[in-house]
Amino acid sequence: MGVEGIGARVLRKEDKRFITGKGRYTDDMVVPGMKHAAFVRSPHAHAKVTSIDAEAAKKMPGVIGVLTGKELKADGIGNLICGWMVHSKDGSPMKMGAWSPLATDAVRYVGDAVVIVVADTKGQARDAAEAVEVTYEELPVVVNAVAAMKQGAPQLHPEASGNLIFDWDLGDEKATSDAFAKAAHVTKLDIVNNRLVPNAMEPRATLGVYDAAEDHFTCWTTSQNPHVARLVMSAFYNVAPENKLRVIAPDVGGGFGSKIFIYPEEVICLWASKKTGVPVKWAADRSESFLADAHGRDHATHAEIAFDKDNRIVGLKVQTVANFGAYMSLFSSSVPTYLYATLLSGQYDIPAIHANVKAVYTNTAPVDAYRGAGRPEASFVVERIMETAARELKVSPAELRRKNFIRSFPHQTPVIMTYDAGDFDATLDAATKAADYAGFEKRRDEAAKRGKLRGIGMSCYIEACGIAPSAAVGSLGAGVGLWESAEVRVNAVGTIEILTGSHSHGQGHETTFAQLAAERFGVPIDSVSIVHGDTDKVQMGMGTYGSRSGAVGMSAIVKALDKVEAKAKKIAAHLLEADEADIEIKNGDVKVAGTDKSLPWFQVALAAYTAHNLPSGMEPGLKEGAFYDPSNFTFPGGCHICEVEIDPDTGTTEIVQFVAADDFGKIINPMIVEGQVHGGLAQGIGQALLEGTHYDDSGQLLTASYMDYTMPRAQNLPSFNVMTTETVCPSNPLGIKGCGEAGAIGSPPAVINAITDAIHNNDLTMPATPQIVWAAIQAVK
Amino acid sequence: MAKVELFVNGRAVTGEAEDRTLLVHFLRENLGLTGTHVGCDTSQCGACVVHVDGRAVKSCTMLAAQASGSTVMTIEGLSANGELHPLQVAFRENHALQCGFCTPGMIMSSADMIRRHPNGLDEATVRAELEGNICRCTGYHNIVKAVLDASDKMSKAAVKAA
Repeated sequence: MGVEGIGARVLRKEDKRFITGKGRYTDDMVVPGMKHAAFVRSPHAHAKVTSIDAEAAKKMPGVIGVLTGKELKADGIGNLICGWMVHSKDGSPMKMGAWSPLATDAVRYVGDAVVIVVADTKGQARDAAEAVEVTYEELPVVVNAVAAMKQGAPQLHPEASGNLIFDWDLGDEKATSDAFAKAAHVTKLDIVNNRLVPNAMEPRATLGVYDAAEDHFTCWTTSQNPHVARLVMSAFYNVAPENKLRVIAPDVGGGFGSKIFIYPEEVICLWASKKTGVPVKWAADRSESFLADAHGRDHATHAEIAFDKDNRIVGLKVQTVANFGAYMSLFSSSVPTYLYATLLSGQYDIPAIHANVKAVYTNTAPVDAYRGAGRPEASFVVERIMETAARELKVSPAELRRKNFIRSFPHQTPVIMTYDAGDFDATLDAATKAADYAGFEKRRDEAAKRGKLRGIGMSCYIEACGIAPSAAVGSLGAGVGLWESAEVRVNAVGTIEILTGSHSHGQGHETTFAQLAAERFGVPIDSVSIVHGDTDKVQMGMGTYGSRSGAVGMSAIVKALDKVEAKAKKIAAHLLEADEADIEIKNGDVKVAGTDKSLPWFQVALAAYTAHNLPSGMEPGLKEGAFYDPSNFTFPGGCHICEVEIDPDTGTTEIVQFVAADDFGKIINPMIVEGQVHGGLAQGIGQALLEGTHYDDSGQLLTASYMDYTMPRAQNLPSFNVMTTETVCPSNPLGIKGCGEAGAIGSPPAVINAITDAIHNNDLTMPATPQIVWAAIQAVK
Repeated sequence: MAKVELFVNGRAVTGEAEDRTLLVHFLRENLGLTGTHVGCDTSQCGACVVHVDGRAVKSCTMLAAQASGSTVMTIEGLSANGELHPLQVAFRENHALQCGFCTPGMIMSSADMIRRHPNGLDEATVRAELEGNICRCTGYHNIVKAVLDASDKMSKAAVKAA
């Protein structure tokens, strides 16, 4: 490794603009003639829209247009869709209700967009939006998914009888029942995975620009995947053909999944730009983000795990009800199915698993992928029930896990996945050593003397990243392939541009991706630029989510680098009159191995472009592209240990230490990987201790601002003790597994296991606020 | 409409704004200083922190008209003569930012924090003082390190100068 190559702790190239205020986010964009949009949103969770009177609003100062769903439909704009087809166990396709970008005849959650107002200023647009008179006829409301399945519950969509979108199974039900029939011990657990609001710090925004002369649209947007946005808006929403629609995602201020999806506002602003003849910008308020960003999690689960007399797991049964909210968001169906139930084997050799998932409509915001997407929910089930079982069986939670670890790879689980590599003992050993797990009881006793309840909990999670082999996900219902593309352009002076379909929203791609070229050619990373986030510059890509930019995005770059290197070597061999096999590229020089014959890198690049002296028949230029389609998911795993102290008088939990030992395979930049883990842990601890999303019975979101929804702040969190172990991922050229979601996956069960250990009450819901913890302490007094 | 006269990042600026215009919107929209961000609507997130007359202020809590006559420093004005402020250096060196959206507010708040604690800071104080700034990416771990790092270097530099 060079100082800037693979494995180096290189400081980020992109930081300079962010620390000086020169970052450029969507809401910073200004184009000539630009006007501002505000949306009229439903104040009711469920209602018929009986009339819309926009006359007064149209006469307000500065107003350019007031547009409704009926006009949108008349112009042929399509309904929003979910792009992953899941079939129920009876073979029937999922029941997708219509989702018009602007509601036409009915609204189904508070925040459903009804009218767009375009005006000279944002203030004028808002004033006019308040003057739009929408008449609603209120309908009965249901916000809880289990309640929504009951007979007589309010019905959201005619397509989905009983609000049931699908009733899906995975695994062998009979084999699992048989295993339970012979079990020596069964542990049962009912748990809720609380609904979360992703809360990227940059609220969503979009700027739609229609150019009438060219009949062409440009969409600036806060997107993790601008190419997917273009594809979906073109192929399904009928906005414009792909060659007439450019999508640009400039700097994106966090996403965590919430900026994967194509939302109504992007479609509407593009359409409104054509309709009004002016560029239309919309930037969400935080309250709008709470109401109308896709939420995450919201599962209610009953799980049972069966052991033989030697404490080996013989079977696992899981029944989950997943709240989908009012509409099916873009990838919603994949989250509680193929990203959830497929991970229920955890790190354990479990011969029989059966999972049933019911997906249900309610009068709440749509639910889709949020950091981890299905995998945190799976880990929460598996790791809470393992800890619970250890307590029931009166064995060490660490040893119960160790006894059941998978140790031979590849390992085929009963729930689709083939784990390719891992060493679960290594992460457990690293974490228990770092946390002094063995010495805990002494610390518990010491804390007791101070009147504090001290507890320790662990979680040994596994997840699937590197999403995903296209043919495999296609066979499971995905509407898209999940490869990635890259292009490596060497300029005539030897500087390099790497074009990628991945798109950073904080992950540091401009640095990490440049490290690949630095490693390969020995050039400084400052001579390497990353081009991303613009469909006019990068031909196609699938974007950044599911920790795929490393395992999939960088693998595509490696493939393109291979091709560039091969051509550069051919050119150099020709110029140096040597055999191609003897050419090596090191420290920015292209050399004949074992001789002093060499050329600087830039001269090879220049030769490719002057084309005065190239091997016979070779095309000029030094630029290669590649598509990489992974052969398998990757399987990061690890062990997280949380130690807490609780004040029994107030129920306040303090995390006194948090250890994360993770196996991410090969690591390109350890500094960035550690940062990803820190952030994931904060979100996981936020879920466990602080973040609750509450709708009242009438469907009003009670936690719709930072005054009500508790975001983790610096004071709520400890410093983290993070470390990595390494088993190389065999299914991609860099041996990478991915690290983006691990923190959010491993930490919630570790925290709740620690608290329940401290208070000796296993019945605890997230977020474990002081009130909830105090009540749980009282319940077992 | 109100006439707004400010001294921003060393330059006198004047402009007209609606009475209801917040300082943050005046900075972003009238002056094009888009380094100051809007991350919430309840004065909680701190992405909009700037210095008004030398003190950290959430520029979403102040009307532009109210600020008239003041000296304002935004993130764009923090580095002097092309040299980065020690906090800017420390944020980069400690990987205290990911998406960068909260970063300007974090740095401006931290600069004020360091000013108020010239003899140095400890972790508990930094965490408590960052109460008004939300970051969703970093888990604060490296932000806390960066603030301590900058505070340490700045107090050492101050001792040296004295």
